[in-house]
Amino acid sequence: MTEIDRTGTPLIEMRNMAKAFGGIRAVDDVTVNLFPGEVVGVLGHNGAGKSVLMKMLSGALPRDSGDIYVNGQLAEIDNPRDARNYQIETIYQYLALADNLDAASNLFLGRELVTPMGLVDDAQMEAETRKIMGRLTPNFRRFNTPVAGLSGGQRQSVAISRAVYFNAKILIMDEPTAALGVEETRMVAELIDELKKQGIGIFLIDHDIHQVKALCDRASVMKNGKLVGTVEVDKVTEDDLLGMIILGKKPEHLAA
Amino acid sequence: MAETLDEPTRVQKRNFFAALELDTRLLGMIGAFIVLCLVFNVLTDGRFLTPRNIFNLTIQTVSVAIMATGMVFVIVTRNIDLSVGSLLATCSAIMAMTQTLIMPQWLGLGLEHPAIAPVAILVGLLSGMIIGAFHGWLIGYLTIPAFIVTLGGLFVWRNVAWHLTGGQTIGPLDQNFQLFGGINGTLGETWSWVFGALAVVASLYGLMSARRAKVRHDFPVKPMWAELTIGGIITAAILGFIWTLNSYQIPTRRLERMFEARGEVMPEGFTTGYGLPISVLVLIVVAIVMTVVAQRTRLGRYIFAFGGNPEAAQLSGIRTRALTVRVFMIVGALCAISAVVASARQTFHSNDIGTLDELRVIAAAVIGGTALAGGVGTIYGAILGALIMQSLQSGMAMVGVDAPYQNIVVGIVLVLAVYIDILYRKRTGS
Ligand SMILES: Nc1ncnc2c1ncn2[C@@H]1O[C@H](COP(=O)(O)OP(=O)(O)OP(=O)(O)O)[C@@H](O)[C@H]1O
Ligand SMILES: [Mg+2]
Repeated sequence: MTEIDRTGTPLIEMRNMAKAFGGIRAVDDVTVNLFPGEVVGVLGHNGAGKSVLMKMLSGALPRDSGDIYVNGQLAEIDNPRDARNYQIETIYQYLALADNLDAASNLFLGRELVTPMGLVDDAQMEAETRKIMGRLTPNFRRFNTPVAGLSGGQRQSVAISRAVYFNAKILIMDEPTAALGVEETRMVAELIDELKKQGIGIFLIDHDIHQVKALCDRASVMKNGKLVGTVEVDKVTEDDLLGMIILGKKPEHLAA
Repeated sequence: MAETLDEPTRVQKRNFFAALELDTRLLGMIGAFIVLCLVFNVLTDGRFLTPRNIFNLTIQTVSVAIMATGMVFVIVTRNIDLSVGSLLATCSAIMAMTQTLIMPQWLGLGLEHPAIAPVAILVGLLSGMIIGAFHGWLIGYLTIPAFIVTLGGLFVWRNVAWHLTGGQTIGPLDQNFQLFGGINGTLGETWSWVFGALAVVASLYGLMSARRAKVRHDFPVKPMWAELTIGGIITAAILGFIWTLNSYQIPTRRLERMFEARGEVMPEGFTTGYGLPISVLVLIVVAIVMTVVAQRTRLGRYIFAFGGNPEAAQLSGIRTRALTVRVFMIVGALCAISAVVASARQTFHSNDIGTLDELRVIAAAVIGGTALAGGVGTIYGAILGALIMQSLQSGMAMVGVDAPYQNIVVGIVLVLAVYIDILYRKRTGS
């Protein structure tokens, strides 16, 4: 894995992020960052606060406190539209697709291509969808059926294609391969590598330690809403990572 | 042996319909409608399918059908609107007062001033939109359930209408305004044919340009013969409809009066048909606009996306609360248009105008295939639903079924239609 240059300004920096639901501190004073071309794994047990942290970055949840910096500039992200304007794209854990619409309508939802008369240009959108989805799932044919009729993996490809098509600079992937087969998982891994090369920064939430080791440069581990620590995955073992997730302890050789 | 012979033809038949790529649900509804008409025609000894009755059927359907197109949007976004009948009454009252009191007396324009009808309609439209937007705001921004907001609206607006008119029947309405009522305003034979021809040209052009867009992007297209078949059916339907309406002859005495009004004498033996009622023209325009909104605009796309998955719509950056306001504003506008048609048809405003329309409108949308779970529905389905309901009711009336029994049948048909729809969706897996 190529070395990531972390001397410049990070693509994303989230400082002292916090969010509570009633009495539950879902995210409690968490600071993480992300550099261009880097994949940062966000790890933790179920309910650790990974999704909530990422939803604050994608504008889906308002935060209680904390600041988000994009390229070193304080960013105003209060809703999903703001995040999109910063070229932050999200692939949600629970697939955020409208089941009754077809792949193209979902891919372009909120950013439809229109004809000069201002009407949605379905033919053009379908053509673009065919192009972009051809890269991810070459066998995909069901462009004109509602996505409710697609498999979990095909639906996931729609979500991933959407992020790729709109030139994300920052990509948030919340368990992107959870619904995928072996072959599709491999393709997502390849895609992640390709996006890395283009200088895109990726936050990847994943429960598969093996995959984290293979795909990520660094890993930020959370437990009960708090950040346990951030480590470079090459410098720790899988057992070290598991220890962080389960016990909430940083490995001793890095703890100092 | 019989089976081996049957199978291929059956497959071929399926291919024939598959090649047409028609909405099978729509076909089913049209089939049911045709059967309904034929049965009533037999039961009434041929009185049901006369030009006169078809003419009456269409003008009776218009008001509910217009509102039903808006109800589709409401139900697709997982809401309901119980207030449309009352809102119609309030719009009707406001327009009646505008044209009989405010403009002629307060503004001193006198009765039958040419500005009265357009201004009254404009005022009605604005009122409908403001009230609708207010409902939408209560639902979208204050998150009060639509059922409650519009149930409240059902009580409030019915009685606001009563208050505005002091409980009086207001009429007669302005002559120009009455043109929107149906029989008092028709295009006549020539203009009906012109309209029919334009409609044919427009639909054929639409079919052709849709095909061309597909070819341009190398998408699969229907075989040419299928395209031509559909074009032929549409042409025949439009021209057949116009021909039927033109065949309903204006009674001689009424014609004589029309000539007299123009200071002319009617030539001996002169006859002419009514042609397309202006109210039906209004419905056609509403249907086209609403269909374009549903299928070809961002607003429509967002309405359906929200119905399919509200969270996904919001995460995609759609302003979902504003969307709710817009949907109810559209319904408000449509209620006002229906109020024009309904009050013009009666030639006066009455307290009970639009009573129970909310139920007819919801039933029309649902019979037309709008799913209460949200995300699914078509404009043409709702209009066809309204037509089926009206045919059922008129047909039974002609056969001599008493009103209470009519309502029993309509209620059963509503439930049955939804059940058949559920079975259909299960089978097609959609
Ligand atoms: N919308 C919400 N309302 C109330 N509580 C919430 C909400 N979203 C998350 N929480 C709570 O916040 C905590 C963190 O949830 P989060 O979804 O971030 O977990 P996670 O780390 O993504 O877990 P998983 O691995 O299971 O996806 C949990 O205790 C959860 O119950
Ligand atoms: Mg999660």
